[in-house]
Amino acid sequence: MKIVVCIKQVPSTEARVQMDPIKGTLIREGVESVVNPFDEYAIEEGIRLKERYGGEVTVISMGPPQAREALKTALAMGADKAVLLSDRAFAGSDTLATAYTLSLGIKKLGDIDIVICGKQATDGDTAQVGPGLAQRLNLRQITYVSKIREINLKNRKITAERLIESGTQVVSTALPALITVVKDINQPRIPNIFSIKKATRAEIPVWGMQDLGGDPKDFGFDGSPTQVVRIFTPPPRQGGEIIQGEVPEAVAKLIEALTSRNIINL
Amino acid sequence: MNFDITEEQQMIKNMVAEFAEKEIAPFAAENDLEEKFPWDIVKKMGELGIFGTVIPEEYGGGGFDYIAHAMVAEELGRVDSSVRGIYSVQVSLVALTVLKWGNEEQKKKYVPRLASGEILGCFGLTEPNSGSDAVSMQATAVEDGDSYIINGNKMWITNGGVADIALIFAKTDKNAGARGITAFIVDTKTPGFSTRDIHQKLGLRSSNTAELIMTDVRVPKENVLGEVGKGFKVAMSALDFGRYTVAAGCVGLAQGCYDVAKKYALERVQFGKPIAGHQLIQEMFADMIVDIEAGRLLVYRVGHLKNKGVPNTREVCVAKLFCSEMVNRVAYKALQVFGGYGFSGEFPIERYYRDARINTLYEGTSQIQKLIIANKDLGISAF
Ligand SMILES: Cc1cc2nc3c(=O)[nH]c(=O)nc-3n(C[C@H](O)[C@H](O)[C@H](O)COP(=O)(O)OP(=O)(O)OC[C@H]3O[C@@H](n4cnc5c(N)ncnc54)[C@H](O)[C@@H]3O)c2cc1C
Ligand SMILES: Cc1cc2nc3c(=O)[nH]c(=O)nc-3n(C[C@H](O)[C@H](O)[C@H](O)COP(=O)(O)OP(=O)(O)OC[C@H]3O[C@@H](n4cnc5c(N)ncnc54)[C@H](O)[C@@H]3O)c2cc1C
Repeated sequence: MKIVVCIKQVPSTEARVQMDPIKGTLIREGVESVVNPFDEYAIEEGIRLKERYGGEVTVISMGPPQAREALKTALAMGADKAVLLSDRAFAGSDTLATAYTLSLGIKKLGDIDIVICGKQATDGDTAQVGPGLAQRLNLRQITYVSKIREINLKNRKITAERLIESGTQVVSTALPALITVVKDINQPRIPNIFSIKKATRAEIPVWGMQDLGGDPKDFGFDGSPTQVVRIFTPPPRQGGEIIQGEVPEAVAKLIEALTSRNIINL
Repeated sequence: MNFDITEEQQMIKNMVAEFAEKEIAPFAAENDLEEKFPWDIVKKMGELGIFGTVIPEEYGGGGFDYIAHAMVAEELGRVDSSVRGIYSVQVSLVALTVLKWGNEEQKKKYVPRLASGEILGCFGLTEPNSGSDAVSMQATAVEDGDSYIINGNKMWITNGGVADIALIFAKTDKNAGARGITAFIVDTKTPGFSTRDIHQKLGLRSSNTAELIMTDVRVPKENVLGEVGKGFKVAMSALDFGRYTVAAGCVGLAQGCYDVAKKYALERVQFGKPIAGHQLIQEMFADMIVDIEAGRLLVYRVGHLKNKGVPNTREVCVAKLFCSEMVNRVAYKALQVFGGYGFSGEFPIERYYRDARINTLYEGTSQIQKLIIANKDLGISAF
């Protein structure tokens, strides 16, 4: 089975990330980066599928040269190959351009059986890249997967459980397919020292715009219809008022406070 | 000079940090309280190859460098010094020593199994009446056909009650001083070999410390490590490895103390602001930062020398002396930051404080480190 996992490098949630007020983008320099937490589950699931059904896991990421570190982390966990899509021309990509670029990279990998993405990235937070990518690659998609029940390679079918607000939904579709995964799906492994050694020795090819082909105006800023107009940190919430005292008095005070603010009208 | 951490060092550090956070930290307080040897943790460390980090690939290890080795000790020490001690003894005092002094057969027989955690090792040098003055040891090994018969007691032996093999130092010639000492690899299941666990220690309470009692323990000659009469050299070179991971463990423990104190100081409010905003508290933080960074650089310098394969006894002693004293200063200040809460078992700082204390005592006390350092420079031995 040929498995592709898409991973994004994001600023560590522990790091205090600053915004560039003019460009409206994250200041990534000097900020500790990690694999998008949801993508760790995607990597783990890819490796588990390989262990269950055989095959090969390729991880792919679009990002600056330092995104190589994220790919190395995936290799250390047990992925077989990694590809980095990196080019100045990719800068400023929105979800549309990101999905476009990733789709070309995956096409270049040849025939595949399944693409696994995280549910969403912890920085961009849109959850659009997975579905967008499925569209571009003309793959069926199952989002928010909490469990892969079965993959039948003979009938080319996947059955998975999706996490939905009211419970769990079981769906089947044909392969090749794209899934996005949630945290419930597995517990990502801690890499062992041998796979770390292997990862440090691995060569990671870097594919730029020339390698991918495609139309220059569909990449990066030019290919991104969405522009971030403004980005800001919401002001911290002010502490509320605590009404103390005996219950009857306190309730009376509360009613008065809510009435005077026109929130209730008794 | 290059101060950058390499990619593979960073990956090892991240991996062990994650392991320590998820698999060690949650159990450390309980293991300490109950003096419970962390078998589960040791097993998992074996599975992930952690004991094999610095062991060459041909002997079942990962083939990482000595700085990565220090980083493992650091990350383990950051959450649990007992586990760090198990690692230090297993890898530095035993595996690396067998690797350095063993013949091919011994290396093949023991090192891969130590690297995988399949067997545990301990290092028996100290005796009830012989500590700093190791040459005064009383254990004897008497030749008998194709074996040696060992008699004697070893005291304060880390991993002693849980080990499968013990490096034992004993006198093969009572009249030859240091040149009369020989090192042996002893199977702890050999008849006549018994142990007695030592309880109620001030710190390192989930690490096993035991007395080894050897009565007519028969050890085949092929288990002599290094040459007959070269045991003291073997022991001293083992300590060059051991003191390195002790120093690194101190840096990690100091970092652990610092981290919890920082969190607390930013949250605890007195006089209308977080205590981190008071000048005298900031002084303690500045002192801790400087101390920890100095210690870490001393450790990594030793790692660099070890990577180059050049003598480093002096530099190891400098790092061990500084870091072991440093971690006690840092633990003291970090606990001070907690005020009365530091005196309770509610926060890990209390355990860290107790665990810090051992470091100026074992693998050569601070006094002994000073005597070695000064001797290396002055050329006059004070012993
Ligand atoms: C602060 C900030 C500013 C931004 N500014 C701009 C801007 O000015 N102009 C603009 O056009 N866009 C901008 N973006 C959008 C940015 O390019 C998106 O983050 C990106 O397109 C991915 O979308 P996402 O982060 O929402 O990922 P999601 O769609 O939430 O990610 C879902 C999954 O898709 C996969 N995935 C996502 N990204 C990648 C990737 N790069 N490589 C491999 N797999 C991936 C992963 O599996 C991931 O789990 C900005 C984002 C941020 C956070
Ligand atoms: C928890 C724990 C684990 C240990 N693990 C091991 C182990 O795995 N293997 C092992 O072999 N040993 C181990 N030890 C033993 C440890 O290495 C010794 O305790 C240490 O070497 C000191 O020896 P001692 O206790 O006999 O003290 P002593 O040598 O009696 O020293 C007492 C005091 O006198 C000072 N002193 C001694 N000689 C001089 C001098 N010439 N000049 C100035 N001051 C001097 C010392 O610095 C110290 O302050 C362990 C000890 C402990 C507590």
